[in-house]
Amino acid sequence: MNFLLQLLNGLQIGSIYALVALGYTMVYGIALLINFAHGEIIMIGAYTVVFSIQLIFAGTDIPYVFAIIPTVIICTLVGMLIERLAYKPLRNSPRISNLITAIGVSLLLQNTMMKVFGAQSRSVPKIFDHKPIEVFGANISISTIVTIVVTLVLTISLQIFMKKTKYGKAMVATSEDYGAASLVGINVDSTLTLTFAIGSALAGVASLLYVSSYPQAAPLMGSMLGIKAFTAAVVGGIGLIPGAVLGGLILGILEALTKAFISSRLSDAIVFGLLILVLLIRPGGLLGEDHKEKV
Amino acid sequence: MLLEVNNLNVYYENIHAIKDLSISVKEGETVCLIGANGAGKTTTLQSISGLIPKRSGEVSFSGEDITKMKPHKITRSGVAQVPEGRRVFTNLSVLDNLRLGSFAISDSIENKQKEIEKIYARFPILKERSNQRAGTLSGGEQQMLAIGRALMSRPKLLLLDEPSMGLSPIYVQKIFEVIRALHDDGVTILLVEQNANIALSVADRAYVLETGKIVKSGSSQELLDDPDVKVAYLGA
Ligand SMILES: Nc1ncnc2c1ncn2[C@@H]1O[C@H](COP(=O)(O)OP(=O)(O)OP(=O)(O)O)[C@@H](O)[C@H]1O
Ligand SMILES: [Mg+2]
Repeated sequence: MNFLLQLLNGLQIGSIYALVALGYTMVYGIALLINFAHGEIIMIGAYTVVFSIQLIFAGTDIPYVFAIIPTVIICTLVGMLIERLAYKPLRNSPRISNLITAIGVSLLLQNTMMKVFGAQSRSVPKIFDHKPIEVFGANISISTIVTIVVTLVLTISLQIFMKKTKYGKAMVATSEDYGAASLVGINVDSTLTLTFAIGSALAGVASLLYVSSYPQAAPLMGSMLGIKAFTAAVVGGIGLIPGAVLGGLILGILEALTKAFISSRLSDAIVFGLLILVLLIRPGGLLGEDHKEKV
Repeated sequence: MLLEVNNLNVYYENIHAIKDLSISVKEGETVCLIGANGAGKTTTLQSISGLIPKRSGEVSFSGEDITKMKPHKITRSGVAQVPEGRRVFTNLSVLDNLRLGSFAISDSIENKQKEIEKIYARFPILKERSNQRAGTLSGGEQQMLAIGRALMSRPKLLLLDEPSMGLSPIYVQKIFEVIRALHDDGVTILLVEQNANIALSVADRAYVLETGKIVKSGSSQELLDDPDVKVAYLGA
């Protein structure tokens, strides 16, 4: 039973990694850019959850889960703003400038939040206050179930969007060749902004799901989460949507199992060690090799 | 004039690639730009399409100044380009490549479907390959797809950059049959070619480009008879 429970815990945190990893992977696949500020979107999302509950929902009958609406909106806007202000002016610069800018934006957001809201963490009110459900004798929290289901639904929707819609295909086309894409009339700038918007919206959802189980918002919370999700994207095969999900889930499960059965202190070291091993064997990531298709 | 380029100058950093180039294309004409490797043919077309910035000069299309327009807007205004090296979207199916060709234009789904049928009629092989990834097509098939994709926007002007490059003689024949057919259908074409013989056989007029400068122009017949052109470009 404990194993099942840990597996579900792993799937839960893994789902969150997957949602965040999707943002890294889409931006990398289309803009060829590692958006190190992506983790900070989660942090901004978490603060949005805190403040929208405090300022809007507290004392009303509206369930706190509706904080998802302002959170997704704010995260999406911040993501689009970062793209327009920080990355777009560097579109034709060497990649190293983009990388440095990404790190700069990340630090800027962390420090701004620290300055404005203080370095101490803020606690997030309980979002899902339903009793845990018993499955095969294990008590599973609502937040676990919601996280897994929402991730599944979003991933499938994203995949359908990419494969079936005009704008999804325009994103695939853009990821291959900016010039050829603009020659068929695709606005490459808006496509890139759309990519950031989708990635950031997913991060917004991830941040609400995250604080529903780890109810704290702090200025630096995005960095470790960001690194893990980025690792998940790379392990799955960066640029690949199914890769991000697979990578996220594997990372989450490994982490939960090592924490529970080996050592909670060493879990990060063990997990990252295993992931490095995976990359040594398959440098392109798990799905990265004969599956060349990006995004 | 449908297309008018006046005193165009294009630089790559400090390389002066296009020097005071002026060309024009009338509605319904097929005009050809011939020149050796590195003469600046691709640069000219890409600069007309807005992919490469212009240092100075003007480009007008259908009476509208498109000098500073973004590439996707230029396409939307009716200029389609089949770029050098085809550049089809290899991860998308043949059908999706064609569909993206009409991304720019607002038209009913039925009309777009009709356009696809027309392209399939012109290139039956594309219909057979319709659900295949474009990356798996042969070079000649990709060239047909690239032309089909450009035609999907029902352009007023079609820019073709070395459509014969890397193709076997049979495919070159096929592609030029299509160019002739498009010409007969009244599509205005600006064609870039190194293969001057075949290009001059379809074009009404031509310009000769040497190291970024137009050095000669005239009707195709005049250039076919020109002794310098014969020596330099016709292998005579
Ligand atoms: N991205 C670039 N950076 C620097 N120089 C370039 C670039 N692209 C082209 N050039 C230079 O500009 C000149 C014109 O190149 P362009 O590609 O337009 O020639 P072309 O006539 O199309 O040649 P080809 O027949 O080989 O396709 C060449 O001297 C080329 O080296
Ligand atoms: Mg060329």
